[in-house]
Amino acid sequence: MMLRSLITALSAGLLLLAHSPSRAAEASVAVAANFTAPAQEIAEKFHAQTGHSAILSFGSTGQLYAQITQGAPFDILLSADAARPAQAEKDGLAVADTRFTYAIGRLVLWSADPGLVDTQGAVLRSGNFNHIAIANPDTAPYGAAAIQTLTALGAHEQVAPKIVQGESISQAYQFIASGNAELGFVALSQLTEKSSGSRWIVPENLYTPILQDAVLLTRSANNAAASAFLDFLKSPQGLAIIAAHGYGAPSEK
Amino acid sequence: MWQTIWLSLQLAAITTLLLLIAGVPLGWWLARSQSLWVEPVAALVALPVVLPPTVLGFYLLVALGPNGPLAPLLQMFGLRTLAFSFEGLVIGSVIYSLPFMVQPVRNAFQLIGDGPMEVAATLRAAPLDAFFSVAVPLARGGIVSGAILSFAHTIGEFGVVLMIGGNIPGETKTLSIAIFDFVETMQWGAAHSLSAGMLIFSFTVILLTMLIAKRTQSPPP
Repeated sequence: MMLRSLITALSAGLLLLAHSPSRAAEASVAVAANFTAPAQEIAEKFHAQTGHSAILSFGSTGQLYAQITQGAPFDILLSADAARPAQAEKDGLAVADTRFTYAIGRLVLWSADPGLVDTQGAVLRSGNFNHIAIANPDTAPYGAAAIQTLTALGAHEQVAPKIVQGESISQAYQFIASGNAELGFVALSQLTEKSSGSRWIVPENLYTPILQDAVLLTRSANNAAASAFLDFLKSPQGLAIIAAHGYGAPSEK
Repeated sequence: MWQTIWLSLQLAAITTLLLLIAGVPLGWWLARSQSLWVEPVAALVALPVVLPPTVLGFYLLVALGPNGPLAPLLQMFGLRTLAFSFEGLVIGSVIYSLPFMVQPVRNAFQLIGDGPMEVAATLRAAPLDAFFSVAVPLARGGIVSGAILSFAHTIGEFGVVLMIGGNIPGETKTLSIAIFDFVETMQWGAAHSLSAGMLIFSFTVILLTMLIAKRTQSPPP
């Protein structure tokens, strides 16, 4: 424990040395796993433009939210849903009126096998697979959307014994990319850099829209870097990065 | 809830049984052999103590899958992957708990020294007979400690199961995963009762192994 605080103090000292001339500040951002790639790009551009740093932590929305209720040192929550930021605001964990939709998530049925997923998603009813990966529907909104899609297609009961769950959408992706699950539901943003395999972009009428909300957390009401990061998310530059990763623009709402 | 407890107990029991079969001869060899390979093999066996479970879980995810080295073997049994299966968890657990079985067994065999085995040989006991009727009874403290530790370590296993399990009730959703899920979904009442159970269980196990170690350390009559 003492060693740990010593190391923390040393690294804090080093950071201060490195940053001492500027007035740059830091924002700790809890990021839903599906938003990993765009968040990294945004953090980079944000740093280049403002000099502030954004420290990113990734996890499933439920996992991050549970941590925040226990006082995790985050300044911003980039959730994969609208419910948890609203709840945070209601419980006094988030600053009122800072909540907004930064992206609209798109669900994809994806397989690393180029021949498996057809353009209508009929493979779901064919039962031509052993394992289908989804994110944990209790903690990850993309997992919940996957269950809604299966139910809407009338395939849930048939597919249920073949479902394997990742703790976040990232783990669902790992299960599919490693070939252990033949197919599964992931976020379109995870596939923007990837053209291999086969995919079906799930029609948006099959699941409740995945409105991804951001909110400023109470402990950081006066953190300049955190406010600047939220502004950057809403800026044309931020919106362009988000759209380039396959998200619906918030104005479409 | 009882399903996950039962599953964890089954996993731990099967893992411990397999480790007894593999770990006792391996511990014997490590204790008695003059081979140059002894220390490298001992280091290999000890790896899971220091390796993060994520490393083991990641390699297992790749190795047990359809693109891994075991794939041709799996295909003979009509399987694509061992991830998401109880069998896959058994393989992971055996590797992960191997040092907890082998180290105490090796130490116990080393403590016996050469004497008793030489006596057995002069009495014309065959090596295998001497092993089972002299060495194993003398090392029983180490073997029992190893078995208890392996059992407990498997019950408490989390990272490897998280990475290769896929959270399937009755198949791969073990106790530690269930606790994780309860915490994540804010069902803290359920998380508390399972966690308290684990705490009491773990304390009992550690106490038990310490008592056994103390008893076996006292000089033989």
